Amino acid sequence: MLEGIMIGLDAAFSVQNILMVVFGCLIGTFIGMLPGLGPMSIIAIMIPVAITLGDPAAALILLAGVYYGAIFGGSTSSILLNAPGVAGTVATSFDGYPMARKGQAGKALTIAAVCSFAGGTIGAILLMIFAPALSSVALLFHSAEYFGLMVVGLSAIAAFAGTGQVFKALMMTLLGLILATVGEGALFNMPRFTMGMMDLQSGISFITLAMAMFALPEALFLVLNPARGASNAEDGSNKITNLRFSRAEGRAMLPVIGRQSIQGFFIGVLPGAGATIASFLGYAVERNLATAEEQKEFGKGSIKGLAAPETANNAACTGSFVPLLTLGIPGSGTTAILLGALIALNVTPGPRLMTDTPEIFWAVIISMFIGNLVLLVLNLPLIPYIAKILSIPRNYLIPFILFFTLMGAYIGQNNATELLILVGFGVAATILRFADYPLAPLLIGFILGTMLEDNFSRSMQLYRGLGFILERPMTLGLLILAAFLVLLPSFRAYRARKRAEGVADGD
Amino acid sequence: MALDRWIALIFVLFCCIYGYAAFFTMDQLLPPFMQRNPVWPSTFPKVLAVAGIIVGMIVLLGVEKNITDADESPSATEINYRRLGDYKIGQALMLLALMVLYALMLRPAGFLISTTVFLIAGSAILGERKFFIMIPVAALATGFVWYLVQEVLGIFLRPFPFFMGM
Repeated sequence: MLEGIMIGLDAAFSVQNILMVVFGCLIGTFIGMLPGLGPMSIIAIMIPVAITLGDPAAALILLAGVYYGAIFGGSTSSILLNAPGVAGTVATSFDGYPMARKGQAGKALTIAAVCSFAGGTIGAILLMIFAPALSSVALLFHSAEYFGLMVVGLSAIAAFAGTGQVFKALMMTLLGLILATVGEGALFNMPRFTMGMMDLQSGISFITLAMAMFALPEALFLVLNPARGASNAEDGSNKITNLRFSRAEGRAMLPVIGRQSIQGFFIGVLPGAGATIASFLGYAVERNLATAEEQKEFGKGSIKGLAAPETANNAACTGSFVPLLTLGIPGSGTTAILLGALIALNVTPGPRLMTDTPEIFWAVIISMFIGNLVLLVLNLPLIPYIAKILSIPRNYLIPFILFFTLMGAYIGQNNATELLILVGFGVAATILRFADYPLAPLLIGFILGTMLEDNFSRSMQLYRGLGFILERPMTLGLLILAAFLVLLPSFRAYRARKRAEGVADGD
Repeated sequence: MALDRWIALIFVLFCCIYGYAAFFTMDQLLPPFMQRNPVWPSTFPKVLAVAGIIVGMIVLLGVEKNITDADESPSATEINYRRLGDYKIGQALMLLALMVLYALMLRPAGFLISTTVFLIAGSAILGERKFFIMIPVAALATGFVWYLVQEVLGIFLRPFPFFMGM
């Protein structure tokens, strides 16, 4: 591991890569603060830039920097405006916004930054320990196991989608898989489902799809419902004065940070769980652990209530890199987009990443430390100035967001038809969002689709049919686990409903 | 029927068409040597089509009850199609039309003109009337982005209209 760290230090500490981290964090914070633009949209917008860099390590470092910056920026708008740009920072606004209302916006931001730093750093240390171990196990996997593993990943994403959403998420995953079959499959060299259109020959571009799924609907929602972006911007709570917190407050936060960075990390490793669940769960756990007096503070500006979700969501973000880097399976929408970018750069993440291109693997991990440090040291003092972006009128902001969305799709392909596809998918995605369909599973399904089919086909060819399911017990086990994951929430909901009906009868 | 179930219905129909293509039309094009393979280009789509129809039907028939929907009233910042009438649909549709127009005009009119017009028209649709600010901002931003993409990233963007030769 030491050798790897040295390689990583060597790669990450080049002037170019440090600039990438700093630039990425700044851009990420900047855009992440804008209401409605989450890390997924920002990373999607930045991908063409990253790809033209040509160097996979630098590209991944840039995108990872953007990712941390965006999360931090999201926390900032949660605290200052009560307008979380990302689901993962909703829990931050529970106590962060009340603190800002009490005139402690600066302190809240510092706590958020320190907790993010701690969560991210401890997460990165855990990543350094667990990723190599996991990838050495993963090297034993064959295509049959990979197929099983991907099915588990996809069903876990659906299973964690929430009550009443499991089958909707599953439906979106399948839609993503179906969209991935358009174009020439890797294994067959045969155009499929192109409907005779040349532009579909190479398949649907994942950047276009990512833009259409996230950036465009968010921008349209800002147009549709002006209240969404500008909630409470005028009440003066975003005056940032004192950035310090006291020593006693720091001591109160310490155990919270310790617990939540570990808990958040492991939740982040699970596919589909990610930062949102980690932050809500972290908040709930810390509220239960707090003394009765402290519990009253929760929701009114408690320091612990702010520290818990902030630590947990950053640790979870780091944790979500574990399946991406070791198995090549993204567990969240953001890591799915990163995976797409890596594939575009001719890097295939997976267990071989560590042995084949250790400089990429370790550079990313080292850049996590640098990124967290940059956020704390460089970004935090700049926050009062960056927060000015929140006062840009939406009449200017929205055309620019739309323009950058269009540019992102256009630059990657240099094809104006791509823009029409973007608008078409964007409208469809907006309608899906209206109907409460989760869109991240669609994108994850789309990105995993090609790999899933490859592994499926390869196992089918090796075992001359579906026999691989029975002949490889691990694959069978994984597939059973996947079925269990999908059916369990519905079964529990069914039992809860039955029980509720029983109680009603008893009354 | 709620919007989500209409979408499920459309999804099931879509899967039927997709499945029809996979089951009945794709294999005719398959060269004979590939037909001896255990896995065909249509195998995976067939699986997906069947799975899609099953899952789509589950959502369509509402087997899985949505518990959160009934008791929570949508908040002001949340997006809910039942409040569609309150939203500025006209602006959104006009912006979408503008994006389509931009896609069609980008090549013929060149990047600089079409982008400047797009940014100005976009803010005008949103109600901006201070053109003495918007026009210079749009022109400057367009020039800056073009320089960035063309010179820094090295991606060719045709700057001028087609008749100007570049």
